Amino acid sequence: MTWPTARTIQNQHVLVASRRQFLREGGTIVGGATVSAVVGGDVLADPLHGENLPPNVPEWMKSPGDPVGSQLYGTPSPFEKGVTRNIPKSGDPVFWTSSRTPLQDLDGIITPNGLFYERHHSGVPAIDPAQHRLIIHGLVDNPLIFTMDDLRRFPSQSHIYFLECSGNPGFKKPYGKTASDLVGLVSCAEFTGVKLSHVLQEAGLRREAKWIVAEGADAAALTRSIPIEKCLDDALLVYSQNGERLRPQQGYPLRLFLPGFEGNMSVKWLRRLHVVAEAVYSREETSKYTDLLPDGKAREFTFYMDAKSIITYPSGGQKLKSHGFHEISGIAWTGRGKIKRVDVSVDDGKSWQEAHLQEPVLTRALTRFRLPWRWEGGPTVIQSRAIDETGYVQPTLSDLVGVRGDNSFYHNNAIQPWRVAADGEVTNANA
Amino acid sequence: MQMRNLLIASSAAFFLASAAHSEPSVKLGIGRTATEAEIAGWNIDVDRTGTNLPPGKGSVGLGREVFDQQCAACHGSKGEGGVGDKLVGGQGTLATPNPVKTVGSYWPYATTLFDYIRRAMPHPSPQSLSNEEVYAVTAYVLHLNGLLPDNAALDAKTLPAIRMPNRDNFVGDPRPDVK
Repeated sequence: MTWPTARTIQNQHVLVASRRQFLREGGTIVGGATVSAVVGGDVLADPLHGENLPPNVPEWMKSPGDPVGSQLYGTPSPFEKGVTRNIPKSGDPVFWTSSRTPLQDLDGIITPNGLFYERHHSGVPAIDPAQHRLIIHGLVDNPLIFTMDDLRRFPSQSHIYFLECSGNPGFKKPYGKTASDLVGLVSCAEFTGVKLSHVLQEAGLRREAKWIVAEGADAAALTRSIPIEKCLDDALLVYSQNGERLRPQQGYPLRLFLPGFEGNMSVKWLRRLHVVAEAVYSREETSKYTDLLPDGKAREFTFYMDAKSIITYPSGGQKLKSHGFHEISGIAWTGRGKIKRVDVSVDDGKSWQEAHLQEPVLTRALTRFRLPWRWEGGPTVIQSRAIDETGYVQPTLSDLVGVRGDNSFYHNNAIQPWRVAADGEVTNANA
Repeated sequence: MQMRNLLIASSAAFFLASAAHSEPSVKLGIGRTATEAEIAGWNIDVDRTGTNLPPGKGSVGLGREVFDQQCAACHGSKGEGGVGDKLVGGQGTLATPNPVKTVGSYWPYATTLFDYIRRAMPHPSPQSLSNEEVYAVTAYVLHLNGLLPDNAALDAKTLPAIRMPNRDNFVGDPRPDVK
């Protein structure tokens, strides 16, 4: 294995940037994923932009750039404008339910706030934090009402956690084309807030308290029942994400956060916690978010997100433009703790190699894995499988469907194989 | 059960850990007592036994009128679905390759229907129906599913007594289920 030198990598970045500019000014905006896959493209021969390449001095060095503060809230380079949330391709936006993180365009483990996935049940409410309240009532000694200022007075904590919708994706065809189409309803961020257990202590839980019904202040007034054990363990009342206040799409000004549990339970725009003895059996935990089995029975209260991984480079929609070295890269996560190992196969599952895990490997956060690879131009299938600290191994889709059938919709954590064609095109091998 | 034990074990671990991290064990006195009126105005939870159902009564007939005006545009005039969920039919399909999950075929508790309509429907103007209208639309949707006669009406006593056809077909979480 020959590793690229720092200089090679630097040169590749320059080439990629130039190539991106060419694509933009040529009127062809291609998603960042496709563009970033173009490593080693022959832009030196590009007659349009040779003036910015060595030995010439590039135009952006010949006059001062925009002044400090020209953007009071910074946004990405215009050359990255293809990197956006992935929205449905058709239908009335009023009834769109989600937008997906462009996983194939991101590095590391942190999802930028503007690209964090969205799942709303009746739109995004515009909440004035001064008029927002959290009420805790029910089986408590003293029902309490809090302002946002009150909640920020509590001792705070920050943790990096993933959040994943449990329908990510379903089991039936048609299957998506890109990593984002397939599992873009997962994101990861640093969340800051107060431990729910700490706030509950202020109200005083009664002995009969077994569940807490969490309700959002959105137009769906979405409710989920949370087992009291989770509320007293690592549940957070979150007001900030990646250092800034929550975005409206993520629950501004306050959300519940339940690390490792299906995303729907981390109720956004949180306004009420009703402490009860029995689950409320809301619409979201009966008619939805229950997993239908082949015999007609359905699993309820399937909270944990099991271990999962996906290769994000190279992945569906991208194209390998050159033979030789490529670093396979992807993300892995588990709701049951830490990722212990990720195996990668580059020969259609015949053999597996242990990938390198990027530190830090955190509990209930995304973990970045990498594997050096030489692609010599032959067609193949590449895939990854995650193993978590409980010893659980990410299953294949056929193993999952063999046990649960394909009607259950939720909790598909199957291995995602990508087909690499002889010309370098990468597609979904399940499609 | 396994998950529950795991949770209990981990919450016990939390209490040990929190002592080590010197989290205050005394109350901080943050927040104020919520009044009964504040709680009553916001507490719209109805559980499967009907706890917290409001006074009032609504008939299938009134429900038909409200449904035609407020619901049919999305759910179809007979609840057959459209841009909104299909509400009617599907009984006997859950164990087939093309299951049709509706109120009649899938929902385990009729009380959930009242709770959900009151908090989230109609989609453009949730929490706009009177309690009588919510009882009435609940009754009409159950009627469309063959679960209530045309002359029926529902209130806090009769709604929780309705037994939904799919009630006993929900099971716990056995994962890990794939070895």
